[in-house]
Amino acid sequence: MFNYFANPRRFMKLATVLSPWLAGATIVLAAAGLYLGLFASPADYQQGETVRIMYVHVPAAWMALFCYMGLAISAAVGLIWKHPVADVAARATAPIGACFTFLALLTGSLWGKPMWGAWWVWDARLTSVLVLFFLYLGYMALNSAFDDPQRGSKASAILAMVGLVNVPIIKFSVDWWNTLHQPASIVRMDGPTIHPDMLWPLFLMIGAFTTYYLWVLMLRMRRELTETRLRARRQIQAEEAGA
Amino acid sequence: MTKISEFLDMGGYAGFIWPSYGAVIAVLAVLLWLSLRGLKAAERELAQLEGDAPRARRARPTDDGAARP
Amino acid sequence: MTGFRAILMRDLRLALRQGMDSAMVVMFFVIAVVLFPLGVGPEPNVLARIAPGVLWVAALLSVLLSLERLFHADFEDGSLELLALSPPALEVVVLAKVLAHWLITGLPLIVAAPVLAVLLNMPADGFGLLLLALLLGTPTLSLIGAVGAALILGSRRGGVLLALLILPLFIPVLIFGVGAVEAAIGGFPARAPLLLLGAIFAGALALCPWGAAAGLRQALE
Repeated sequence: MFNYFANPRRFMKLATVLSPWLAGATIVLAAAGLYLGLFASPADYQQGETVRIMYVHVPAAWMALFCYMGLAISAAVGLIWKHPVADVAARATAPIGACFTFLALLTGSLWGKPMWGAWWVWDARLTSVLVLFFLYLGYMALNSAFDDPQRGSKASAILAMVGLVNVPIIKFSVDWWNTLHQPASIVRMDGPTIHPDMLWPLFLMIGAFTTYYLWVLMLRMRRELTETRLRARRQIQAEEAGA
Repeated sequence: MTKISEFLDMGGYAGFIWPSYGAVIAVLAVLLWLSLRGLKAAERELAQLEGDAPRARRARPTDDGAARP
Repeated sequence: MTGFRAILMRDLRLALRQGMDSAMVVMFFVIAVVLFPLGVGPEPNVLARIAPGVLWVAALLSVLLSLERLFHADFEDGSLELLALSPPALEVVVLAKVLAHWLITGLPLIVAAPVLAVLLNMPADGFGLLLLALLLGTPTLSLIGAVGAALILGSRRGGVLLALLILPLFIPVLIFGVGAVEAAIGGFPARAPLLLLGAIFAGALALCPWGAAAGLRQALE
């Protein structure tokens, strides 16, 4: 599996086949999730209708972390084993993860205003997610800061691995520090603490966000690999013209 | 009608709920559009270039399939 | 160990010969802190309230400013390549250079900080903790910064890029550094933030030389 996809051409074939399926899954899951989340689920007895923001906020926050893990792992694989496709995957993940992080912060802010009475509070969870957003931006900036793309991907891969220390801080910040942000309520040892009527739209939206990520990832990776081939072909042409 | 306006009002929290859904859909749609556009541009250019060079294999037909909304 | 000392002495001697490095950093630190009373207003109470935060933020920026040159001169004139080929491991080289950097920039900042704290009217209870927290925090900043300084070698727009990469990673040091001083001023035990600062320092000491050395290796390829 690992070596199999080291060949970009093979990967391209798979990505081209997968893209429409992922697109379809995203649309179906998002439609079902939005229907359940906006129409067919009850308001929370404490938070009222604002609980519906959760159906986009939690998946976005979850994807922000998931994308960073994906980014760091593919960057590490690309750096250590010089896996060419993993490098491309890391580079293609960064903007998607940055978008999810931005959305998690934005929707969290829109949730916090009616709940806490403030757009933003400087607690551990919010601050560490903000740092995650800066890490994504730093990764992208460093990646594109070199004339030699090889160096850019290597330098930014090291940065991605350094930034990995932030992930457990985000995950556990609500348990370690007493903060305004509510603790995890889905993934717990003693089972989820939220009502199944709310769990379903949440799961559907998480599924939709995940397939969306994979779909856009495939599109972006296909673009990068196509551009690599373009560059190679241009070089051949230039050499032929020179000869 | 009241049902619809009641729904749109979201128990008085319309100003927070709709913008968050709107922002999510807008940002994700723009990202998707940019990614698709970049891919199409790259594929078009490659097809053109490979068409120019007769020795090169022809580019595979590109799928746009479900990619378009 | 001899390699470590040789590199350390070389960097210190170079810094002393040029002379201005330490002075520039301290001058920047002083000017940055002096800007705050001018911007916020000279009320003693307000200044006393924000003093720990101002001192820490200014120290952070001063360290950041000096980090860009940590490996740059050696990278430009090729001596970094020789250092990489020399017998001590690149991690040791990094550690020696970081120690030299801290002695040249971090230590003068710590000396200057109490004077500035007086100017900002900081309560006397916080002075000891401020020094202790800076003593633990500034070497951490040098260590984390070394990774960033290694990664940006040879890039376009190095300085701004370094700030973007490194400042987010400085945040924990800032939070606990200010936390320790404020706890002391407020009469609370400052043990917890100090222990956390120490933990971050220990973690950075263990991990950052590897990261910076990896960064240097790929820059030299």
